[in-house]
Formats: sequence, C-alpha cells, structure tokens
Amino acid sequence: MGQFLEILSKPDNIPIVMLLVSVIFFTWFYWSKAKKNDARDIPIEATQDDKVQVWPYLVRIEFLMTIAIMAVMVVWSIALDAPLEEPANRALTPNPSKAPWYFLGLQEMLVYFDPWIAGVVLPTLIIVGLMAIPYVDINEKGNGYYTFKERKFAVLTFCFGFLILWVSLIVLGTFLRGPGWNFFFPWETWDPHYVAVLTNVDFSEYFGIPTRHPDNSLNPVAFVFGAVCVGGFYSLGGLYWVRKRKTEFLQRLGPVRYGVVAFLFLSMGGLLIKIVLRLAPLMFGLNPVKYVWVTPWFNV
Amino acid sequence: MFDQLKKTEVYKSIFRHSYQDTQRNRALQIVDNVFLHLHPVRVPRHAANLGYTWGMGGITFLLFLILTITGVILMFYYRPTAQYAYEDMKYLMNDVPFGPLMRNMHRWAAHAMVLTVMLHMFRVFLTGSYKPPRQFNWVVGVILLVLTLLLSFSGYLLPWDQLSIWAVTVGTNMARATPLLGHEGPLGAELGMRIDNDVRFVLLGGTEVGPPTLLRFYVGHCIFLPLIAVIFMAVHFWRVRKDGGISGPEAGKKA
Repeated sequence: MGQFLEILSKPDNIPIVMLLVSVIFFTWFYWSKAKKNDARDIPIEATQDDKVQVWPYLVRIEFLMTIAIMAVMVVWSIALDAPLEEPANRALTPNPSKAPWYFLGLQEMLVYFDPWIAGVVLPTLIIVGLMAIPYVDINEKGNGYYTFKERKFAVLTFCFGFLILWVSLIVLGTFLRGPGWNFFFPWETWDPHYVAVLTNVDFSEYFGIPTRHPDNSLNPVAFVFGAVCVGGFYSLGGLYWVRKRKTEFLQRLGPVRYGVVAFLFLSMGGLLIKIVLRLAPLMFGLNPVKYVWVTPWFNV
Repeated sequence: MFDQLKKTEVYKSIFRHSYQDTQRNRALQIVDNVFLHLHPVRVPRHAANLGYTWGMGGITFLLFLILTITGVILMFYYRPTAQYAYEDMKYLMNDVPFGPLMRNMHRWAAHAMVLTVMLHMFRVFLTGSYKPPRQFNWVVGVILLVLTLLLSFSGYLLPWDQLSIWAVTVGTNMARATPLLGHEGPLGAELGMRIDNDVRFVLLGGTEVGPPTLLRFYVGHCIFLPLIAVIFMAVHFWRVRKDGGISGPEAGKKA
C-alpha cells in the first residue's frame, strides 16, 4: 500500500489524479444540470438568453479566472519540482518503461492488440472518429444546452469512449501496471522479478481448432474461423441496417452515415470484447485469448 | 493624484475609455481594444456563466500563453544537443535564478493544458455545441487536441534524462508497426520498409532515439508545432464568433 501512495503522489502523476477527480466532478455536474433541464419544458439556458454586456460581465470572469489559475500555477510550481532523472542512457532500460501519461491508455491497449492496431490504427480511428461526430450525429436536439433525455445514444457512446476507455485505462496504466507491464493491485508491491505465467491461446483453440499445424504452418480452418468471427462481428452492423432500414430515423441517416457510425461503434465495442476475452478467462483459471484472427500478414 | 494622471494626454491616448457605466462606453471598451475585441459586445447571459462553459477553453488558451512565455525563457538556457541538454537542465534547476520556477511551471502548465483540452472537449460534446452550424469548428478543435498532445510529447524528450528518452522510445516504437509505412507493420516489409527507411526513421532521424531525434523534437516543439497551433487557434476563435458565438438553445426553444 505504501508504494501505491508513493506512486500516487509522484509529482508527474498529479495530473492523472486531477484528471480522475475533475472527470468525476464534471460528469456529476453535467448529470445534475441535464436532469434539471430534462424535467423542464424548456432548458434553463433558453431562459437566460437576454444579452449582457461583455464588459464587465464576461471580462471580469476571465480576469478573475486568470488570476486564480496564475496563482495555482505559481504555488504548484514552487511546491513541486518537475522530475529530472539520471542522464539519458540507451544501455539502461527502466522497467517499466512508460509513455507520457496521456498515452498510457494506448500503451495499455498493447496488452490486447498488436502494435499496429494499438499504436497506429486505434489513434487514427479515435482522431477520425472524433472529427466525424458532427457529420454523423443528425439529431438536431440538444444543441446548446445540457440534456440527456434528448440524445441518450450520443452521450452514452461518448462517455463510454472517454470515461471508460480513455480515462480509466490511463489510470490503470499509470497506477496498476508495474515492471514487465504486469498488473499489481494497489496493496501489492511492484516486484521486478515477478513473472506472470500465462499460456495464451487463440480464440479458435477454445473450439478445438489449433491455429498452427505441428510444422508451424497456418491452419486454414483457423484462418477461416477467425475471418468469420471478425467479419461476422462487423456484419452485425449490416444486419441491423437490413432489419431496421425502413425506420424513419435510419432513412434520414442514410447508408453512408450509418456505415460510419456502425463501424466506429462496433470497433469501440470490439475493444471491450477483446479486453474481456483477455482478462475474463483468468478469473476462471482458463487461458487468456491472444488472437481472434491469425493471418500471414497481421493478427487481430 | 491618480485623477490628475487620468487627465493627461498620454493616459488618454493609451486608455481611450473610462469606466463610465453606460452601454455605449461598455461597448467601446470591447471594440476599441485589440485584445478584447475578440469578444462580441454583448453575449447571452448563459454564455457568461461558468456553469455552462466551465471556462475550459479560456483556461487552455491562458495555459498556452504561460507555456509560450516560460518556454521562451527556457530556450535561453537550453541547447538541444545530446552533449549539453542534460547539463543545461541541471544548470537550470540549480543555478539559474527562478530557473526551477520557470521549468516547473512549463511542465505543470503543459500537463494542465492536456487536461483542460480534454475537459473542454467533454463540455462541448455534452452541450451538443458541435451541431450545426459549428461542425467544422469541432474538427478544428480535434486538430488542436492532437497538436496539444504532440507539443507535450515532443517537449517530453527535451530534458534528455532517462524518463524522457524511454517514454519517447516507447511512444515512437509504435511507428515501427505502421501498416505499409513501418518495417514491422502489416505489409511493411513487402513494400520494402527497413528499419533505416521507414516512417519511424523519418520521425527519429535515426534507427533509435538519439541526438538527431533531440534536435528534431526541439525544432518541432519550439517552432513548427506552436506555429501550426497558433494558426489553428486563430481559425478556432474566429469561427466561434462567425458561427454565432458561444452555443445556446436556438430561438425555437423559447417558450
């Protein structure tokens, strides 16, 4: 436990504690505002649309906030020194080696995916996906005020991505991943000699289909099985479209926007499924899943 | 005496307007000031309410200004070569007057900026402010988020200590696995990618994080990325105004 508190209070980890606290606070804050608005006929913001002079009513807030932030920054900078470790030495690899804190969610994804997915495809999808939001969200309600009722799917999806996948994986990667990127509970001490004995298997092997022949060549049955799993998962989006395309909402959304939403949504869900496939078997004493689909060129 | 000062020609030429409490004077305070005229003269009441805006965009901009000023001061004492970088850091932390204050503030403000950018995005999403007519400004915002992360990441290497070199090693190792363009990525080898010609090599200026990487990250951190960020910030702020100011419920929502 002592070591956990030590890691928690490392100056460089303060932002993560701040992230956690502020995200919890603002989620609650949003929720209380949205609930109030949803219980009313018109949102509170709509009753406050009379104009006020920017000088002084907005400028004074900016002025006071500037002073407050400057004060916080000065105190913070006097109280805590930025870390400066030993000089750079390529011959001495620290264990664990961690990326800057805001990338630790992505580093954590390396446990579940190969680097080309975790380190390249995923960040690209996050950026492109974020940029796509305004163009695929055709719900014109909830523009300019807090509400949950009028845009449940959008809010829940974003909160899942931001709070569950992004923030909590950063916290996990910083505070609970020790030497060898092994998982340590807060009350455990990071033991650099700890070796996790894991026999990873591929998903197909749960169904008695070995990924490779004894001569190490790829088993075509396993290849097809993996392709069916991954392809089948993504075709759920197509299936839903075929069943519901007549609904007024999907008609208005159109196939292109629907396709983008379905692909991004399923990819996000896929992350969660892969995490569960990897971690859940451990709880039952089974072997964790490494790959769902093995091909000669890449593995998923 | 202060009253006397206020009557001088010099004072009047600098501060054109008094604090007189009239609509006209308050409007002139905004439009006649190069810094304040970024604002409209009047805003809806909810837009001047911290409970609505959380103030995160403004704080992010303030932190960017703090980072620019402390960053320039740090540049006076820092040489981006493997030989001197770490020594300069030690010098800065031990012998330069207010050196630790400047460096600490630069680092903590950088962390804080990453945090406030995320929270700003969270607020903009939760109020649905990316909806028409503000779609494109959300895209600009995403670009600024990426630039913030890149700025922070490139600055992470500059102390040239164990923490920075290995964090950047871990981060840039991902580039090996870029599909098509990385030598360990899917179809990379098939396209002739080697460790000494792939996308990671371009990023690092070598096959590992070394002195050329330090120089590249330094130039990117101090010149290229801030320049790009300032351009996108200008577009971002301009579009906030042109797209109708801080978001709010449309007229039809009124009772």
